[in-house]
Amino acid sequence: MSLAYYPGCTLKTKAKNLEEPAIASMEVLGSRLEEIPRWNCCGAVYSLADDDLIHQVAPVRNLIRVKEQGKNEVVTLCSFCLNTLKRANLLMKEDAEKRGTLNSFMDEEIDYGGEVEVVHLLEVLKDQVGWEALAQKVKLPLRGLRVAPYYGCTLLRPREVAIDDVEKPTILQELLEAVGATPVDFPEFAECCGSYQIVSSPDDIPKYAWHILNSALTHGAEALVLTCPLCDYNLGQGQKELMKKHDGFDGVPLFYFTQLLALALGLGPQVCHFELNYGEPELLLREKNLLPRVEAL
Amino acid sequence: MSATISSKTLGSEFVRKVKEISGQNLHLCYQCGLCSGNCPMVSSMDLPPRQVIELARLGLEEEITSSRTVWTCASCLACTVNCPRGFDLSKVMEAIRLLTLRKNVDHLRPEDISPQERCALPQLAMVGGLRKFSG
Ligand code: SF4
Ligand code: SF4
Ligand code: SF4
Ligand code: SF4
Repeated sequence: MSLAYYPGCTLKTKAKNLEEPAIASMEVLGSRLEEIPRWNCCGAVYSLADDDLIHQVAPVRNLIRVKEQGKNEVVTLCSFCLNTLKRANLLMKEDAEKRGTLNSFMDEEIDYGGEVEVVHLLEVLKDQVGWEALAQKVKLPLRGLRVAPYYGCTLLRPREVAIDDVEKPTILQELLEAVGATPVDFPEFAECCGSYQIVSSPDDIPKYAWHILNSALTHGAEALVLTCPLCDYNLGQGQKELMKKHDGFDGVPLFYFTQLLALALGLGPQVCHFELNYGEPELLLREKNLLPRVEAL
Repeated sequence: MSATISSKTLGSEFVRKVKEISGQNLHLCYQCGLCSGNCPMVSSMDLPPRQVIELARLGLEEEITSSRTVWTCASCLACTVNCPRGFDLSKVMEAIRLLTLRKNVDHLRPEDISPQERCALPQLAMVGGLRKFSG
């Protein structure tokens, strides 16, 4: 099975450790993530202004690329891409006037009316692969690894593009269970890490990050799992400073969901690129005897 | 804080534009304060989110634009999904930011970001940040 895949700019640069294990894992699961041709950056943040159509052009163009391929679905990995593409798609589907304006503005393109469905890889795993089928492919169950699922904002908000229940999402917990890890719930699972505020008010970010990390640790987690390269940066890059400030805090590993998936499928560090992660995940994986075992497979 | 509310502020161009850009009916909000309580950025704000709406509909432009609140909003939509009135505050925050940015007054310029930070930041932070904070 071949799936149309939109990588987005960050996965091609900073977040190889999100993308490479995804592609390799899907291959093991019998699907190929096929990059759509001529994709462009979606603009990262969805425009919230009613009179601003120009910023819808970038995401909509990507959806047109998918339609041209004869596909009716596009898979994303980055939470922001998912959000921006899915919201732009909804606009094209539901707002006839704006759809008309955008289609005539992009005269060189085929007309688009929201025919493509935008999905996240987590949804593909749940609905197309299935947790049971996935569990059967697991070579190295991540036994004893206690991981807090951190959803962040853009997978769950606004309601009309949420990939799961907004108040009580379970999709990351289900993935963790399928790969043999232990999910650890904590109240801040969807609390914003500060997002793009890192660019303008970087000094505020450690405060938000600490609130999230400390809560996950207090609830018994040894690591966090996430889906977004910006969450990863905001929760990761300040950890050294936080260690100086908070006695007894030794840092906490952050994993992308695709890395835990790949590891459980028997794919090692060459695929997972743990060296790009924050919080020294390799130490934890050694301690749990997971790294030596995947290397011996 | 003292400010004068008059028919001039209430019917001002500012109020009209905030409504137009946000697409929100500012009178829908009944000031319950749930948005302020849910906002994860509120500790960095000098004006709680609820008050932004109140000042916006009274047309107190100066009070809002001199505050850092709209520039501290992360568009996380915690307010939006929890508002009992179905009011989308994130769109009002965006409208107020745009009223400044569209006058060619940038809140953040690429040159304000150090070369080290530029290298370290994930692309989507740069793209997103500059989209939100520059015209
Ligand atoms: S959201 Fe993401 S990573 Fe995603 S393409 Fe757009 S800016 Fe780049
Ligand atoms: S948690 Fe942080 S970067 Fe991630 S989606 Fe929210 S704002 Fe976002
Ligand atoms: S925007 Fe909604 S949550 Fe905030 S004060 Fe108004 S009614 Fe309450
Ligand atoms: S969208 Fe802005 S105002 Fe609303 S909760 Fe998030 S940061 Fe606060």
